[in-house]
Amino acid sequence: MAVCVAVIAKENYPLYIRSTPTENELKFHYMVHTSLDVVDEKISAMGKALVDQRELYLGLLYPTEDYKVYGYVTNSKVKFVMVVDSSNTALRDNEIRSMFRKLHNSYTDVMCNPFYNPGDRIQSRFVCLGRAFDNMVTSMMIPVC
Amino acid sequence: MEGLTLSDAEQKYYSDLFSYCDIESTKKVVVNGRVLELFRAAQLPNDVVLQIMELCGATRLGYFGRSQFYIALKLVAVAQSGFPLRVESINTVKDLPLPRFVASKNEQESRHAASYSSDSENQGSYSGVIPPPPGRGQVKKGSVTHDTVQPRTSADAQEPASPVVSPQQSPPTSPHTWRKHSRHPSGGNSERPLAGSGPFWFPFGEAQSGSSAGDAVWSGHSPPPPQENWVSFADTPPTSTLLTMHPASVQDQTTVRTVASATTAIEIRRQSSSYDDPWKITDEQRQYYVNQFKTIQPDLNGFIPGSAAKEFFTKSKLPILELSHIWELSDFDKDGALTLDEFCAAFHLVVARKNGYDLPEKLPESLMPKLIDLEDSADVGDQPGEVGYSGSPAEAPPSKSPSMPSLNQTWPELNQSSEQWETFSERSSSSQTLTQFDSNIAPADPDTAIVHPVPIRMTPSKIHMQEMELKRTGSDHTNPTSPLLVKPSDLSEENKINSSVKFASGNTVDGYSSSDSFTSDPEQIGSNVTRQRSHSGTSPDNTAPPPPPPRPQPSHSRSSSLDMNRTFTVTTGQQQAGVVAHPPAVPPRPQPSQAPGPAVHRPVDADGLMTHTSTSPQQIPEQPNFADFSQFEVFAASNVNEEQDDEAEKHPEVLPVEKASDPAGSLRVAKTDSKTEEKTAASAPANVSKGTTPLAPPPKPVRRRLKSEDELRPEVDEHTQKTGVLAAVLASQPSIPRSIGKDKKAIQASIRRNKETNTVLARLNSELQQQLKDVLEERISLEVQLEQLRPFSHL
Repeated sequence: MAVCVAVIAKENYPLYIRSTPTENELKFHYMVHTSLDVVDEKISAMGKALVDQRELYLGLLYPTEDYKVYGYVTNSKVKFVMVVDSSNTALRDNEIRSMFRKLHNSYTDVMCNPFYNPGDRIQSRFVCLGRAFDNMVTSMMIPVC
Repeated sequence: MEGLTLSDAEQKYYSDLFSYCDIESTKKVVVNGRVLELFRAAQLPNDVVLQIMELCGATRLGYFGRSQFYIALKLVAVAQSGFPLRVESINTVKDLPLPRFVASKNEQESRHAASYSSDSENQGSYSGVIPPPPGRGQVKKGSVTHDTVQPRTSADAQEPASPVVSPQQSPPTSPHTWRKHSRHPSGGNSERPLAGSGPFWFPFGEAQSGSSAGDAVWSGHSPPPPQENWVSFADTPPTSTLLTMHPASVQDQTTVRTVASATTAIEIRRQSSSYDDPWKITDEQRQYYVNQFKTIQPDLNGFIPGSAAKEFFTKSKLPILELSHIWELSDFDKDGALTLDEFCAAFHLVVARKNGYDLPEKLPESLMPKLIDLEDSADVGDQPGEVGYSGSPAEAPPSKSPSMPSLNQTWPELNQSSEQWETFSERSSSSQTLTQFDSNIAPADPDTAIVHPVPIRMTPSKIHMQEMELKRTGSDHTNPTSPLLVKPSDLSEENKINSSVKFASGNTVDGYSSSDSFTSDPEQIGSNVTRQRSHSGTSPDNTAPPPPPPRPQPSHSRSSSLDMNRTFTVTTGQQQAGVVAHPPAVPPRPQPSQAPGPAVHRPVDADGLMTHTSTSPQQIPEQPNFADFSQFEVFAASNVNEEQDDEAEKHPEVLPVEKASDPAGSLRVAKTDSKTEEKTAASAPANVSKGTTPLAPPPKPVRRRLKSEDELRPEVDEHTQKTGVLAAVLASQPSIPRSIGKDKKAIQASIRRNKETNTVLARLNSELQQQLKDVLEERISLEVQLEQLRPFSHL
């Protein structure tokens, strides 16, 4: 489903970013980067109210001709950004929400690992850390690949 | 690097090769030189070799760890088989032949292959194997050391098993030799502090105790062969290196030990597949782990926080990545802390890793934490369930137990794939189910049950009567009984619901209670009825009742309405009880909350509703139900017919009407009269007369229902149809046999009937809506007249 998934830390540097290798990954990196502005905008707009009331799912950040970018932010200002192909019209909002929920759960699992230092990149190249996270992301991206 | 899955033969072969290359006997890293020789002997082009080295990660790490070495060997096999070299091909290419290494290795390979493939190899063949490995080195390097090694190894070759090749045969001897030599490991440990558990224990800062414990553990391992895999296997490399490096005396001892242990190891490995326990924790190991746990966390039922565990396992000098992998495997409930079981699993994995075992992708079953059954790795099937249970010791397993079984099934996958770790969501769903269950149960309680959606179209008077009834009855004890009294046939004290059902259907309720699908409905109905009686005046929430899909049996409601009509016309409040009985059977619809609501509405819908209620005069308590029922019908119909506006209007109107009761009083009286008339009229085509006598249609069907009299049925067209349907449904429902097989059919039949009833009721609803409108108009006109008549009152 997703063409690109990115996890951005509170300080707006990427903890994890992965795209389908079919295209120029740099383009997705750039899209994610630009979407951060939109995320911040949404956060500040909603943040006036209680942070607790702020919903985690931000929804469609902005659509482009080919892609749609969805955002999700946690209470610790960790942002998840997902780029979806526009042609994939079958994806409904609920599905996007569930995907973000899964992302969040996997991220939480990574966080729970005491050997993971918050702020480190979530590496799944190696045997362990983040492998489950990566697998989960792969499962979300496989249909597109 | 992805995990490597090796078959047993491959595992042995690779371990032997690793041992061969591990001349420094570190058990972790092989000498690059040896590895390069090996690869060159594989007769692969240099660039392929380089690629292999890159893929396996050696270039990255700068050395060949055991996993890297294994991966490299696998890639060699892949390359030799002609498959493209990919990281994924390690695991995806199936039935890969063992990598072939030419030159002197051929002999080894052939022997290895033969030995690994069959158990018939005798030890003598292994002796022949021994020379080749050193021969390899000899061919390549021709170093003196190799020469020296060779004679030594050749001498050793005489040993029953080569140190490099883990002999897999000699099963008869293995137990004994293994046992006998299992003691040697202790000695071996003393000789080589690095061997086996030695290096492992030391990093943990428990040199003395560790080694001794390790020894104890090792010796303790002798009895259970399958569990010694890690121990005995660890023996092999050190002993092999010993063979190559140390004096013959030591070699002999270690060789023998190696042979025995290796033999045992091989055998164990083979047997392990049957035991499926290469990861099982022995008692000694477990005891050690428990002691370690206590040093960190005195309470055995407590947790070790992640930070403490991190420090502890960091002492093992394993790379952080591997430790995090171990953590991911062992922290089953993903709570960031380790329970005793999780800690033991993690510790065991660390031990295994130190001894050269590759970490598994998934947590082995024997290591899965178990809350209920400790050390019970036998039941594989239940393991997911158990794991799930045990995996969340801190969480409230009991509360989750009802839903846990289903949850547990998904836990292993959850844990491993971490895809759906939405246990919380599942838990919530379980709680939902629980609540739903409660709601289902509640109605069954005769005391609380009221909510029988008796379509009592209560006029204000009726509502008052109802309230009075409620107050009088309080817990509706009387209510249940009253209906029972009313219904002579199937009055049963056992269950008001049942009785009501009986009333409705005129059949024994047993069928009802037996049928699963309907049980809740009748119960609900009954409960709704009773509840309605008690809540009729008190539930303003009906304005927005969860439109509970008119559950089954609109017929029930119908029947109740019939009863009410009849009872109302016949009796007064006294007979309410009897009437009440009828309604319960009625409408499934009932959401208890709805029941009162409709009842409230009833007064407003006086006409149409009244008919229902009037038909069962005695059912003052039922009236609300009645009203509710019709209200429900109206409501449902309105929902269906998109007449929600009317409903909304009715609801608020009903409430004020109920409260006011004044204007309704007159209407009420009129309606009762009309109802009685209706009842008396009986057979008249009541339904047709909806326009004329709004009371007619409802009571008629209700009456019919209650009485189960055919005479009444045919008269009312729609209503009769409806009632007939309802009656049929009701009748059929109770008759539904208790057998599960029939239940399905019954359910399907009931579904059909319900659908039919739904349509009938929908029609009725529309008609009632019309009646309601008429009634409202009448009311308005009457009110205007009132005002006109009492001009001075306004002054």
